[in-house]
Amino acid sequence: MKARVFVTLKPGVLDPQGKAIGHALEGLGFAGVGDVRAGKLIELELADGTSDEAIDQMCRQLLANTVIENYRVEKL
Amino acid sequence: MDSAVIVFPGSNCDRDLAVALETVTGKAPRMVWHRDTDLSGVDFIAVPGGFSYGDYLRSGAMAARSPVMQAVVEAAGRGVPVLGICNGFQILTEAGLLPGALMRNASLHFLCKPVKLSVENSQTLFTSGYQAGETITIPIAHHDGNYQADPETLDRLEGGGRVAFRYATGCNGSARDIAGIVNDAGNVLGMMPHPERALEPAHGNTDGRRLFEAALGALATA
Repeated sequence: MKARVFVTLKPGVLDPQGKAIGHALEGLGFAGVGDVRAGKLIELELADGTSDEAIDQMCRQLLANTVIENYRVEKL
Repeated sequence: MDSAVIVFPGSNCDRDLAVALETVTGKAPRMVWHRDTDLSGVDFIAVPGGFSYGDYLRSGAMAARSPVMQAVVEAAGRGVPVLGICNGFQILTEAGLLPGALMRNASLHFLCKPVKLSVENSQTLFTSGYQAGETITIPIAHHDGNYQADPETLDRLEGGGRVAFRYATGCNGSARDIAGIVNDAGNVLGMMPHPERALEPAHGNTDGRRLFEAALGALATA
């Protein structure tokens, strides 16, 4: 089985990379782009039957820094 | 007095730090590889700067979960002084020894230059060689030195005198210009600037030397 973990900065945490991307889009002439937030996608290949609890622990212990980041898991 | 420098794959300030410790104490520190877990008999632990694990995932994230860090956390809990510099600061926050997180510099630029710091608290183990309010110059060299924490944590740090150093003028976007903080017990210091690079006249500046002299001198007389 596979799982996708999306790691994003918590709302309110300043995202300099997102800001730079937003400016670049503006420079390309795209109007109407508001706040841009950059994040990470981590794809995990997992043994069948890996529990949701185990995936959650992976996120909490390593994949996301819960001081500044949120995470969301999508199982494929 | 036995000191130790923790060495992770990708650390590149470990030898500078070892030279600093040996210069001040007269005794070479133990270089402890990240897979080792024995820190018994160590009186002072230094976590060096560099790019542990290539900064993959997040700066300091992998290093904070390496076997040696369990021993560092235990030693810190026993009151052993722990100094984390630059990537070492990132590792200490990732390991939960210090609050907050270090994010990408607000400018997105890697910053490498001497900066002026204000010594905010001269009562800590590490800063007693300075005067409170004194301005010192220490080099920085980092991409992820933008210190962030929630407002309650920042208030707690300020109220408890736990902000050791502040940038005299903002440089990387850090909340409240914080450059270095200590833990509640006062035995763990994390800072982005590199005091080991301001140790000898040949470095052009010796303002970093008093940090090592104060912390290690306090241990020698303890």
